[in-house]
Amino acid sequence: MSLLILDGVSRSFDGFKAVNGMTLAIEPGELRAIIGPNGAGKTTMMDIVTGKTRPDGGTVRFDGHDMTRIDEAGSARLGIGRKFQKPTVFETHTVEDNILLSLRDDRGVFATLFSGADDTARVAELLALIRLEDRRLDLAADLSHGQKQWLEIGMLLAQDPKLLLIDEPAAGMTDEETARTAALLRDLAGDHAVVVVEHDMEFVRALDCRVTCLHQGRVLAEGSLAQVSANEQVVEVYLGR
Amino acid sequence: MEKGNDAVPAPRSGHTATLNRKTLLNTRGTIFLCVLAAVAVGVPYLNATGMLPDYAVSLIGKYLCFALLAIALDLLWGYCGILSLGHGAFFALGGYAMGMHLMREIGERGVYANPDLPDFMVFLNWQELPWFWWGFDTFWFAALMALFVPGLLAFIFGYFAFRSRVTGVYLSIITQAMTYALMLAFFRNEMGFGGNNGLTDFKDVLGYDLQSQDTRIGLFVLSALAVAVGFLICRAVVISKAGKVIISIRDAESRTRFLGYRVEGYKLFVFVLSAMLAGLAGALYTPQVGIINPGEFSPANSIEIVIWVAIGGRGTLVGAAIGAVIVAASKTILTGLYPEAWLFVLGAMFVFVTIFMPRGVLGVWDGMIDGMWRMRGMDPNERRLRA
Amino acid sequence: MIRVIRSIIAIVGLLQMFMLGPSYGQTGDETVIRDHIARFAGADFQGIAETVSTLAATGDPAVAPVLRALRGGDIYWRKSDRRVVRAEKMPKRMLRLLDPLSGEVIEDVRKSAVKKVKVNNTLRRMIDTALGNLTLRSPDRAMRLDAAGQLFRTRDPSTLPALDAALAAETDEGVAGEMRDARAAIMLKVGDATVDAQRDAIARLAARGDNAARTVLAGFTSDDPALSAATAQGIERIDRSLRLWGYGQNIWQGLSLGSVLLLAAIGLAITFGVMGVINMAHGELVMIGAYTTFVVQEFIRSSAPYLFDMSLFIAAPLAFLAAGLVGICIERGVIRFLYGRPLETLLATWGISLILQQAVRTIFGPNNREVGNPSFMSGAFELGGLTITWNRLWILLFALMIFAFLLFVMKRTRLGLQMRAVTQNRAMAADMGIRTGWVDAMTFGLGAGIAGLAGVALSQIDNVSPNLGQSYIVDSFMVVVFGGAGNLWGALAGAFTLGIANKFLEPFSGAVLAKVLVLIFIILFIQKRPRGLFALKGRAVEQ
Repeated sequence: MSLLILDGVSRSFDGFKAVNGMTLAIEPGELRAIIGPNGAGKTTMMDIVTGKTRPDGGTVRFDGHDMTRIDEAGSARLGIGRKFQKPTVFETHTVEDNILLSLRDDRGVFATLFSGADDTARVAELLALIRLEDRRLDLAADLSHGQKQWLEIGMLLAQDPKLLLIDEPAAGMTDEETARTAALLRDLAGDHAVVVVEHDMEFVRALDCRVTCLHQGRVLAEGSLAQVSANEQVVEVYLGR
Repeated sequence: MEKGNDAVPAPRSGHTATLNRKTLLNTRGTIFLCVLAAVAVGVPYLNATGMLPDYAVSLIGKYLCFALLAIALDLLWGYCGILSLGHGAFFALGGYAMGMHLMREIGERGVYANPDLPDFMVFLNWQELPWFWWGFDTFWFAALMALFVPGLLAFIFGYFAFRSRVTGVYLSIITQAMTYALMLAFFRNEMGFGGNNGLTDFKDVLGYDLQSQDTRIGLFVLSALAVAVGFLICRAVVISKAGKVIISIRDAESRTRFLGYRVEGYKLFVFVLSAMLAGLAGALYTPQVGIINPGEFSPANSIEIVIWVAIGGRGTLVGAAIGAVIVAASKTILTGLYPEAWLFVLGAMFVFVTIFMPRGVLGVWDGMIDGMWRMRGMDPNERRLRA
Repeated sequence: MIRVIRSIIAIVGLLQMFMLGPSYGQTGDETVIRDHIARFAGADFQGIAETVSTLAATGDPAVAPVLRALRGGDIYWRKSDRRVVRAEKMPKRMLRLLDPLSGEVIEDVRKSAVKKVKVNNTLRRMIDTALGNLTLRSPDRAMRLDAAGQLFRTRDPSTLPALDAALAAETDEGVAGEMRDARAAIMLKVGDATVDAQRDAIARLAARGDNAARTVLAGFTSDDPALSAATAQGIERIDRSLRLWGYGQNIWQGLSLGSVLLLAAIGLAITFGVMGVINMAHGELVMIGAYTTFVVQEFIRSSAPYLFDMSLFIAAPLAFLAAGLVGICIERGVIRFLYGRPLETLLATWGISLILQQAVRTIFGPNNREVGNPSFMSGAFELGGLTITWNRLWILLFALMIFAFLLFVMKRTRLGLQMRAVTQNRAMAADMGIRTGWVDAMTFGLGAGIAGLAGVALSQIDNVSPNLGQSYIVDSFMVVVFGGAGNLWGALAGAFTLGIANKFLEPFSGAVLAKVLVLIFIILFIQKRPRGLFALKGRAVEQ
């Protein structure tokens, strides 16, 4: 059974149909790239999946749960991790605290108020993975842009989610970092389902996975990158020819 | 950005059992508590030896109540980023709860010598005590209410506001509307809280005469103790994991939500705790100044609390207390010497601090220390972690 | 006792003469009247009463001012020649003597040179009745209306013949209607009136439909069951119409309060709504406008009193400039450094508000300053059952004019276009060559100037004191938040909704509680619609 199912999902803002009858299924452990021009409904789709925006119609099911009744925190607790386009980390916390706050644990007020032990081994492991061990006690604000991207990915991994939603991870990264990110995402697939929204075709190519092209709030084409880029409609709307 | 982020000295490499845990008492907190203890002992001593006039004891006691109030607001604003422009309301409610008990204590000694009703009710021709005055003849009930009523109001208000994600300026404005509405309501005689005049002419508390210097000293020491306890509670919250979540909410609310934290719950917790501490400050304030009236609810009062915190340095707790004392003391001095000048000075403080000292007095201090570290060729982050 | 009886006799005599009134009304020539007036000199109460009767009996409207002066204690007689005069008080215990009929100045004397013609309460009542009757035939329409109203209130059956005579001669339909109302009210007091006449009277009063008519009906009792029933029905009918007019009055007062709220909030709709700047000194900019009006009026009083009626027209542009300039200084001096930090802006502008308040207190003193109403702002008029004061009406119109002006500036001018551009995308606007700093200053100046204009209007209905601004700040923020920031129409709808809601709550809860309830309502409303009544919707806003 699919991990995430969107069926005929719609949402409009003041008459503008940001998402219009979108149908999409993501399998457990799948790596999927989603492409599409601006305004195709990529961000709204992620907002709907994570409970930030309620759809006007259609069904959204994640791991058997109806996601139309769940808020952001609820979606995170069910196992959806989301990375924003602009890296958002807690700048006044240390790198280590950023990870610590993201680890799977009881999220309740009183649980955190009296929480004692921390899983330091797991923190060390994650810091090693995102290569920030030597910045452990620095404030996140002092990191470079690329390092913040990595830290945010580390925070997502600390959540140990079933599904990772990643918005334009390659933005602002060097070529070397981009390649490393693509490799990391490929590694992660299998243990986690990973959905990447991306503009950068080189990056999508590097991901080497199934691609979905969105246009005007619905799925235009789906398949391998070669298949999708051969699709005449895709060429027309996306490449603007 | 915030420099309140002091951590235990922890080795830069290697993993100990618990990482990056701050202690309840860092250097600054220890100094603060020592100064507080010195004041709690020194002021009564100086008073006993005649070096400090009697009125000064109550005056400094009043400043201590303000300091507690400022610490409460700092927990909310400095750490959680919620700017309440209505914290005076919680303070006043605590003050009224205690004032109601003190009114009941007057008993037959009032002007109308009515054993069952406070003077103002006799004056208004009321026949019996309204239900919301029941129980206030017991001290412990009143003391409980001084915490419970502000807490309950904060809970109800916060529950709705945070659930519907009213944030930032909008939240500030409706907290201001809240205290304004309460002020108008308390000004009405029909409300049963003494209307315009408020509650006053108190005689004694728990059998101790409020006019006697011994009682005043007792209240003063109690206030110092309350500041210490309030500080330690806030500090404990701030250094806990919940405290880190609260700071996270201030810096990146959306990210915190997507990590699975129910932001509403945390905000509500901080809001209620802060309101209860404010209520405690109010309960200690009333017997020391001898009156509580609806003016305490005025929006201007609440904004003044904010400037205490801003001047001292928000997100530092200690700074908030320092700011409260600085501003309140300058008010006492200036309104005595040049009454015309006070609002100019206060106004200028608002403008100056927000533009030139956004991190307050303690921020400037930290900046100077950091500068000295740099001059010695060391990384200021190092100092911050060792603080 | 004897004196009372004498007075009664005098009054009866007076009335008898009035029944004959029309026959020699208007015929008394001046010398005759002067002869009568001369008899006031040295007269006792009875003598004065007789003279009043004779004077009233002449039916000459010229007598009215004399009787009025007598009632006011301004008639004296000169000890030297027993001449009867009217006197005006002068400084230093001096009196200016005037001819009682022509008003010609005779001379200024010490008080001791004259003696007052004294009146007691019985005489005063008598003079009132006499004046009422005299003025029923006055050539001045307003005076006749007034006299008819007077008769309606006193409902003295003995005045009926005079009233009937006046009614027969009356040509003005409005005055005649009022006289018929008065007649109907009197009919219910006449013991031997016919059932039919009284039924007609009840119907007429019920149709009149105001509180005065209700009082008359409520005071009427009859043995005739049909009449009692008609009275009860009449009262019910009046109550119904009064209730409707009451709603109307509530709506009017609500609109009036709404216009005040709109005035206070409309500048904020620009600074807060469009620029996102929380200007806590907004109320003080309103205050500056009000003090500008005060200064202008003081200047006019001292150097050009004939311009007084124009004072508001002179003050308005000056207030706009003064508040606008202060606003621009605030923006350039403080707010500019705080963009993107709304909470800090709030605190800094609060500080500015304290400074401005204290500055005004230091310059003008802490007390209320007197700002006068020009003649066109004074008084009231009736519209059906509504009482509408001119100043409230003008303020409503003024608020709507400002609103229209602002709408025009925002939608149709270059500045408005640039403002909207800067609000929507600062960086791009700067790239297009818009001087964003200048636009910020102008936008803020505009909002501040509008606040100054509001101050001119509010100076007409509120106390001009250093606390003026404080009293509006919470309300005006409520209006903007309730209406939806960034939307001028929202501010309009918000202001009038809150104003009317307030006035409809007041009768049930009292003014203060109504305000508290409205505040609670807004606090709850914000929970439901955090972006206000006219919120902008869309993805951008939700984020």
